[in-house]
Amino acid sequence: MDQKGFRRGSFQSATSDEDMLEVAGASMDFSMGDDDPPLDREMGGFSSYNGGGMNGTSAMMDFLEEPLPGVGTYEDFNTIDWVREKSRDRDRHREITNRSKESTWALLHSVSDAFSGWLLMLLIGLLAGSLAGLIDISAHWMTDLKEGVCLAGFWFNHEHCCWKSNTTFTDRDKCPEWKSWSQLILGHGEGAFAYILNYLMYVIWALMFSLLAVLLVKGFAPYACGSGIPEIKTILSGFIIRGYLGKWTLVIKTITLVLAVSSGLSLGKEGPLVHVACCCGNILCHLFTKYRKNEALRREVLSAAAAAGVSVAFGAPIGGVLFSLEEVSYYFPLKTLWRSFFAALVAAFTLRSINPFGNSRLVLFYVEFHMPWHLLELVPFILLGIFGGLWGAFFIRSNIAWCRRRKTTRLGKYPVLEVIVVTAITAILAFPNEYTRMSTSELISELFNDCGILDSSKLCEYVNDFNSTKGDDLPDRAAGPGVYTAMWQLALALIMKVFITIFTFGMKVPSGLFIPSMAVGAIAGRLLGVAVEQLAFYHHDWAIFSGWCSQGADCITPGLYAMVGAAACLGGVTRMTVSLVVIMFELTGGLEYIVPLMAAAMTSKWVADAIGREGIYDAHIRLNGYPFLEAKEEFSHKTRAMDVMRPRKNDPPLTVITQDTMTVEDVETIVTSTTYSGYPVVVSRASQRLVGFVLRRDLIISIENARKKQDGIVSTSIICFTDYCPPLPPSSPSVLKLRSILDLSPFTVTDETPMEIVVDIFRKLGLRQCLVTHNGKLLGIITKKDVLKHIAQMANQDPDSILFN
Amino acid sequence: LFPQAPRMFTQSSRNSVSPVLLLVLLSCVLCPPAQASKSSEDIRCKCICPPYRNISGHIYNKNVSQKDCNCLHVVEPMPVPGNDVEAYCLLCECKYEERSTTTIKVIIIIYLSVVGALLLYMAFLVLVDPLIRKPDPYTQPLHNEEDSEDAHSLAAVPSLAGARANTVLERVEGAQQRWKRQVQEQRKTVFDRHKMLS
Repeated sequence: MDQKGFRRGSFQSATSDEDMLEVAGASMDFSMGDDDPPLDREMGGFSSYNGGGMNGTSAMMDFLEEPLPGVGTYEDFNTIDWVREKSRDRDRHREITNRSKESTWALLHSVSDAFSGWLLMLLIGLLAGSLAGLIDISAHWMTDLKEGVCLAGFWFNHEHCCWKSNTTFTDRDKCPEWKSWSQLILGHGEGAFAYILNYLMYVIWALMFSLLAVLLVKGFAPYACGSGIPEIKTILSGFIIRGYLGKWTLVIKTITLVLAVSSGLSLGKEGPLVHVACCCGNILCHLFTKYRKNEALRREVLSAAAAAGVSVAFGAPIGGVLFSLEEVSYYFPLKTLWRSFFAALVAAFTLRSINPFGNSRLVLFYVEFHMPWHLLELVPFILLGIFGGLWGAFFIRSNIAWCRRRKTTRLGKYPVLEVIVVTAITAILAFPNEYTRMSTSELISELFNDCGILDSSKLCEYVNDFNSTKGDDLPDRAAGPGVYTAMWQLALALIMKVFITIFTFGMKVPSGLFIPSMAVGAIAGRLLGVAVEQLAFYHHDWAIFSGWCSQGADCITPGLYAMVGAAACLGGVTRMTVSLVVIMFELTGGLEYIVPLMAAAMTSKWVADAIGREGIYDAHIRLNGYPFLEAKEEFSHKTRAMDVMRPRKNDPPLTVITQDTMTVEDVETIVTSTTYSGYPVVVSRASQRLVGFVLRRDLIISIENARKKQDGIVSTSIICFTDYCPPLPPSSPSVLKLRSILDLSPFTVTDETPMEIVVDIFRKLGLRQCLVTHNGKLLGIITKKDVLKHIAQMANQDPDSILFN
Repeated sequence: LFPQAPRMFTQSSRNSVSPVLLLVLLSCVLCPPAQASKSSEDIRCKCICPPYRNISGHIYNKNVSQKDCNCLHVVEPMPVPGNDVEAYCLLCECKYEERSTTTIKVIIIIYLSVVGALLLYMAFLVLVDPLIRKPDPYTQPLHNEEDSEDAHSLAAVPSLAGARANTVLERVEGAQQRWKRQVQEQRKTVFDRHKMLS
């Protein structure tokens, strides 16, 4: 079967793992869907689904006073019913409020119920912050492990190893406790042989880390690969992916993220941190009944957790909330705004107290200068914006093409080999150039840095005129030889990063996109900044410069150009707007640079949108065929509901269930012979007047349960969906009453309703299906998948690419 | 509805006790690193002084508290004569830094032990597990289509819901089997059928 074909060519022990695992049949076990704990057998009576039609204390409850465990839950890869979940929550809340007037205990319960949301946010913030601290410290250490080891304690990275010893001004990195690998093995660090040994050790460590990462992902939690943000977007719009936010995924994602980042691959950790934070949110939801049982409320918690994730990645709580609002969430009610901010703040505070970078900063590339900029500099900033937009569009196109190739051809059959090859190429190309050898965060930090007299890096090797130095405010100077070397090295680094990131994003290790895009933008920005600075220095008498940039003044700040370039490239790829600007200005700690950042971000978004409509995450959603109904685009075609509904003209008529004339056997036949996820219930086949809608999963569970537990239910028992079942002769078997699982208020539209309105209804209410009537009679059904296929068809895309049901 | 009320309350009180417990646990774990041992080796004042006239640049480190972290206390021996000290000190930049070596050590050791444990578990699953588990000739063939799940659910009795595992070992084994099946499903979805996460 599949297994034998897969064994060919892949890493042996990994696939033999598959063969060894026992698979004892795939019977559907409703109570243990994923790592969710088993459903409570004591689901209170108030959570019975009533669809908003009847009130919770309906007197005609039949023997099913307690809904069965499993009723009201969803299968994997299905969409939730937002309306049902929200009405269940309102009922539960009403119940608690009504009961709170009775006793003090009930009052305390209602208070604790209201308070539970805040407690959950606090816990999510704490856990996300701690995990981010663990990831930061471990990644920092393991990145340096490729180059050497600290003799004073192997757990110190380079910076901490040299913390106590006295370093010289020019050689700030060298100290006796830190030994590079060639120094350790050979005894000395100079010479060609030592260089080759260092090179070899670097490549070997990189390969080891990435191999370990991909093996762990493949062996324990295959859902932990990739960025996670497209899937989280889909989950937050109502899709169910069991196990995607589970315990094992959390553990493996945290561990392998560190390994992937340390192996020198061109990826970042911001996107995966959002996934990690959402896993924390999902796992902590299980502690509170209110959030465990209700999928809609849980998604609000996940929105807040995503905000906490971005907040710890960038040290930007406000930016995190805005990112969650703009990019990740689908429905974002107002109360989630305040709670997200709270969670983000707690997470940032926790991370600060763990202090991963040793100076109370949250991010490695925090910028501290506040130099003014001139209006004429907007021209190069807009140029950077155009570059960012062009690069973003180019990256999205090529990355999607490469991922599509990975999905459809034989390339996808060798994931472990692919990771190893890409790591080897990255490591071999990265080592010779010092700007690619250092970790990308350090590179960005160095590029953002404004050169003062205290800096001795190659990038700051300007020709100094000591007589004119006044304090730390250096004028624009001519570039020394170090700067020229740095420029062409940076240009090579730029080319390498532009191309290697295309192949890295989407591999089967956790990979993020933010840091590589910011690195590309920062390099481009710094190059442009130094060019403009030298132009202003050598030609200070030109008309454009003479007004504001006289000789001896410090007017151009290349570090600012790097920052603006980073924002432009990030905006071009992800198409973020407000959240990008807010994250960037929270990184710099000042409002001076808002105008350049906005100019660059807007330009880059316009240029990128002119070339391709979608950001990278939406493009990946479309590539994978997730059933995500895009909330931002207008549907502008003149089709009507009858053009989209099923059954079409030549199809067999709609499969319906009658309210009180079908037997158990009939219904079972219908359920086994079709694969629909729900069936309309009508008064009779002749009249086709609508009674309600019943879900497949609920039907299956109820019938099975009735067959086992209830007396007298046989295949010829009548199923009755009404309050008052028709009287039967005494010799016939007892009636199976299933009114409690019937949705009495399904949404209907008439067949002449324009599709614009139908799409709007689906978006705004979060429907799964909508019934179509004509002159009051049931005619057909429109499901979310039909809507998605129709939109794809209208946009001339392949409607068969919508894979999930 | 009402007979279920006391059950519901005990269940919800249990549920509100466990998050509080978790909070206490988390704070116990986080407090020691947060109040990091302010041992003398973990704080320093770092002064960077650039090249000045004919004096080369130098970096000075000293274990002083935050109020003493300025050029006059840290830069010793002062390389310039008395009247130049002020000009020299204006160029120097002094920063107070602290770190927690305990936090770093603890976190790295936790991380390495988790990685080691996972590696051992993976080795166990690949090498040892198939040897101790007798190969079962009656294992059902793997169902590749998920559409057949519903049909089977109506026809076949779910084999897991029936027998309640008695001993701890059997329960652990049952949980492990379920987990393995889940991972296999996930692996098929992501790696084989490329349905997700490409």
